[in-house]
Amino acid sequence: MNRFLVLVAVLLGGCAQQALRGTGDLGVVVERAAGRIVVVDGSARAALGTVDGLGDLSHASVVFSRDARYAFVFGRDGGITKVDLLRQRIERRVVQAGNSIGGAISQDGRLVVAQNYEPGGIKVFDSQSLELLADIPATYGEVGLRSKVVGLVDLPGNRFAYALFDAGEIWVADLSVPAHPHVTKFKNVGNQPYDGLVTPDGRYYLAGLFGEDGIALVDLWRPEQGARKILANYGRGEEKLPVFKMPHLRGWAVAGQRAYLPAVGRHEVLVVDTATWEEVGRIPVRGQPVFVIARPDGRQVWVNFAFPDNGWVQVIDTLDNRLIDTLAPGKAVLHLEFTPKGEQVWISARDDNRVLVYDTRTRKPVGELRAESPSGIFFTARAARIGF
Amino acid sequence: MRAFCLLLCLSMAIDAAAEAAAAPTPERRLELVRLVRQDCGSCHGMTLKGGLGLPLLPDNLRDKPAASLVATVVHGRPGTPMPAWKTILAEGEAEWIVAQLLTGFPGE
Repeated sequence: MNRFLVLVAVLLGGCAQQALRGTGDLGVVVERAAGRIVVVDGSARAALGTVDGLGDLSHASVVFSRDARYAFVFGRDGGITKVDLLRQRIERRVVQAGNSIGGAISQDGRLVVAQNYEPGGIKVFDSQSLELLADIPATYGEVGLRSKVVGLVDLPGNRFAYALFDAGEIWVADLSVPAHPHVTKFKNVGNQPYDGLVTPDGRYYLAGLFGEDGIALVDLWRPEQGARKILANYGRGEEKLPVFKMPHLRGWAVAGQRAYLPAVGRHEVLVVDTATWEEVGRIPVRGQPVFVIARPDGRQVWVNFAFPDNGWVQVIDTLDNRLIDTLAPGKAVLHLEFTPKGEQVWISARDDNRVLVYDTRTRKPVGELRAESPSGIFFTARAARIGF
Repeated sequence: MRAFCLLLCLSMAIDAAAEAAAAPTPERRLELVRLVRQDCGSCHGMTLKGGLGLPLLPDNLRDKPAASLVATVVHGRPGTPMPAWKTILAEGEAEWIVAQLLTGFPGE
């Protein structure tokens, strides 16, 4: 009799709550036009649910809490929405600027920082409450103009690095005491930095330049040396092609001892040695690269392209820097994201309203999900990576 | 007199844009709407409220002559990230897009 009661109690308990599960293989897919995200299970290759009401997601990016339970979604309209991935519901939401481009989360997970175009600057929030802790305007020049902020990344020591598009500067904000930020400015780093990345060890910050050929580099372990330029004049004075979409940079550029970087206005991927930061090669590709992303083990680099070549994806073998595949996954490929150990890559094809899943060894599709105008794909493994 | 000339020029430019508005076929117009919302949208925002590029709502464009807006689309703006779209868009298509932007751009 007693045993029967225990059995009933266990069964009832099981019905009352969802089965326990982790979040390590979860992710989100942004449905840009609908202001909605799809919470996905990367192992089952299936949607778990959707969360809407996230505002204008035309340039959305996502970071994760360090327990990988919550996604912070940064929208174009300045909205930051904290989403519970397990319950698939909005936990908190603030609209903190008029025009925003993305965000980052601190090393200790306690600070969420938004990078804003309008008004130009960064804002720092408590990741629990989304309460504003600090506001750092990107003011430059003698009359105090505000610059658009790009390329925000988290650094060790609860610091953040970012670039000022209009000012041509790189700033490093130390937020170890959030109410009293300490900002180090690197001026005249180059013309129109458009995005930035930090190497996976947190040592080098790179800002890609749009207004000139080259990349600004700061050794964050030796900031007294200032910023310097690498890959200067990589266009060799040739006129660049019209750029219909800005490339994007992240720490995924680094594969082993080399970094693979998009050439702006050229059909090339540039290869640099991360020990010397000298160019060691360039790989001709199908169009102007937008995302140049190394598989987590670094053996392959996958590349997508700007309009009008955005139906292609190409794969580079990093052993000999040779193209090994050209794929046509669908119409308007906007983004790609590897599973945490890289056996699969998820590719969003906006105009086909689907996300394709490819096996990276065979480079054949192994599945797909429906999604409305999908753009960014973000797996929770980013929670544990510096610069993501 | 100068104001009159300016008005005349402006109305001629708008007329020109309106005339060319008949140029793209209905199917092509759908493609152009998608192109503007999605691809121009990567810098100007899908809602055209701006981003790295300037906002393109009627209020933002009202003071600018249509002809110069068409020229910006076709030839780009040197020194800024705005590219020349002439390899993608015919002049008449650029004129149609500008006319739509000035009156409130259609949704998809």
